[in-house]
Amino acid sequence: MNNSIEEHASKPFIKRLLGHRLTFPLVVLLVVVIQNIITTPNFFDISIRNGFLSGYIPNILDEASELVIVTLGMTLVIAVSGGVDLSVGAVMAIAASFCGLMLNGAEYRTDVFHNPYGLALLVGLLGGGLCGAFNGFLVSRLKIQPMIATLILYTAGRSIAKQITHGQTIYIMNPVYKYLGVQIPGVPIRTTIIISVSIVILVVLLVRLTSLGLYVQSVGINNSASRLVGLNSRRVTFMAFVLCGVLAGAAGLVGSSSVGSVNSGELGLTIEMDAILAVALGGNNLFGGKFSIAGSVIGAYTIQAITTTLYAMNVRADQLNVFKAIIIIVIIVASSPVFKEKITRMTRTVFSRKVSLGGLSDERQ
Amino acid sequence: MKDNRKTATAPNQIIKRKGMSNAGALLLITISLFVLLYVISAILFADSNFAKYSVFFNLINNKAYLLMLALGVTVVLITGSIDISVGGVTGLVSMVIATMLAGSGISALWVIPVSLGIGIAFGIVQGFLVAYMEIQPFIVTLSGMFFARGMISVINPESVPITDQLFTSWSNAKMYIPFLYNVRGNGTLDVAYLTPAAIVAILILIALIIALKKTKFGRSLYAVGGNPQSALLMGVNVKRTKFMAHVLCGLLAGIGGLLFTLFAPSGNPGNGYGYEIDAISSSVIGGVMLNGGVGLPIGTFFGVLINSLIERVVPRLGIVDASWPRIITSAFLFVFIVLQSVFASAGKGGVKLRLPAWLRFSRRKDGHTQIESEQADRRSA
Repeated sequence: MNNSIEEHASKPFIKRLLGHRLTFPLVVLLVVVIQNIITTPNFFDISIRNGFLSGYIPNILDEASELVIVTLGMTLVIAVSGGVDLSVGAVMAIAASFCGLMLNGAEYRTDVFHNPYGLALLVGLLGGGLCGAFNGFLVSRLKIQPMIATLILYTAGRSIAKQITHGQTIYIMNPVYKYLGVQIPGVPIRTTIIISVSIVILVVLLVRLTSLGLYVQSVGINNSASRLVGLNSRRVTFMAFVLCGVLAGAAGLVGSSSVGSVNSGELGLTIEMDAILAVALGGNNLFGGKFSIAGSVIGAYTIQAITTTLYAMNVRADQLNVFKAIIIIVIIVASSPVFKEKITRMTRTVFSRKVSLGGLSDERQ
Repeated sequence: MKDNRKTATAPNQIIKRKGMSNAGALLLITISLFVLLYVISAILFADSNFAKYSVFFNLINNKAYLLMLALGVTVVLITGSIDISVGGVTGLVSMVIATMLAGSGISALWVIPVSLGIGIAFGIVQGFLVAYMEIQPFIVTLSGMFFARGMISVINPESVPITDQLFTSWSNAKMYIPFLYNVRGNGTLDVAYLTPAAIVAILILIALIIALKKTKFGRSLYAVGGNPQSALLMGVNVKRTKFMAHVLCGLLAGIGGLLFTLFAPSGNPGNGYGYEIDAISSSVIGGVMLNGGVGLPIGTFFGVLINSLIERVVPRLGIVDASWPRIITSAFLFVFIVLQSVFASAGKGGVKLRLPAWLRFSRRKDGHTQIESEQADRRSA
């Protein structure tokens, strides 16, 4: 024990850096950025066009905003349950449908708000929270594996959203609706960037200032032990799922606002894959327990950077999934305990010869 | 369930299990649900011929591919794993077949080894990652699903019709069943028939029922799903069993893709979308426990029939929108998951779920009365 502490203290800086949780996502991000710099020389150019900042980097920040918001919720769910919330994309569609229904009434295409804008947003978030509560109830009360519990909404959610909007894509033509997803007049930064950054700060504060983060970690590491300590592990799990639903709802509102319509078949399609990928890339343990919001956020921006880069290389949207599937499998295999053990065993057999040689040379001296 | 196991494994005990097993009870619920739904829809929609033999057999014909996918999912669910790539594999296989037959003069016979090969390849890779690398099956097969879906559009982003003569002759073939016919209004006979796809599916169903019941492999699947640790202590190769279960599921998904292409002969990028949920819900409705260790292929068969029935009945209710069958199937899945959760907690002293004594199927050969054997249970526990 003593020995290991000394070892840790005497670990060279490089090793400590390599062992740090944020190193891996940052390195991947760096690789993507370097690749972009080589292919597109004007990568860092930022100009003001049409009254707001534009360029590669603001674009990536803007396009990543939905993913960042969803990833925050996914991080909490993975940490608390060791399972994944598959329904986030469908929940986005449901929340946006609620909001669109409130604003448009029964009309498919109108520029008059039928209800106050703020109220509609609130109803949208509430819809997301309701979906989260449904998932949370199944997981925390009925003890169903999270992935199967959320599979129900994953498949039914889009159909439900379609029924909410009377089976049609609805268009919200009022320019105020685009404030959330595009730009508030006079502000040079896209609103999506402001919203995603402020939500990240909010969640970080929630996790750091309250004991929620600690509770989530302890329930994720050992559910029954934390119950014995006196934590209401059911409630913590439930809360994490509700929060995930609300955040997915927020992402849905932002997403539908940026296109000015609610299309339940398209909104947030396959975002669950990206969110899982972002959480894995951020160095979080997919089996639950410790989590890092910063890692997940960096992971989300990295995924968006990869996506944008692949689009620039003329890869079709549906072909992207092949790359993402391979990347996620590689990351997870590399971080799996079995693989690590095999690697250490292999390196040990290689290094043990060197060590014995070193010992011999020591004796000679 | 727990009680039953204890008494069954305790030494020198001759007391037979009392009442029904969970698998039996869930199967009974499924079958009665199917019969109930069928009878109700036959009464409600008297004009839509639910009383005809051909309508019943069409339920099987239309969902032969789903039976394959659901049986594959059943096998992996029994080992406590899961596979959600089956829908993607179905779509991929159908697209590969369509592209193969459209491009060059390859004989249609080649599609059989190719589709089985694709399925087995998915099964081997996913099985290796799940069993030997110990990665969560959900993540592995989710990636498999996205990989398959992506590969579909890499191979061909457009839809391709199949015009190959041999292949279309397979998909149009009908095997009429003697004696099962109704007379139509105009005097012609409406004879029930099975498609080649349905026959293949039924043969595989029978083979699986026998394999899971009688063979060493089949029994080790249940052992691994019920309790991996004790299976290991019993000498079952847990990792290999899980691996083989995934390979089998991949193979069945490949066959499912082939049967699907026979049912709908074209390659379309949207093919197989969402079929994983149909397969999982059919298995779960058919009484396969999500925690592993419990489930019967025959239950899955009835689950598939219920799914097929829902798809046929829902448009009759005046709901034209295609999204409703899926909502209803998901609702059924939800109900059955809750039911399973109740069943699972029933053994742990939670909810007592037991049929009244006169309804149980138990046959006591040891001569003990009910009360005596229950007392013996209590003493041994």
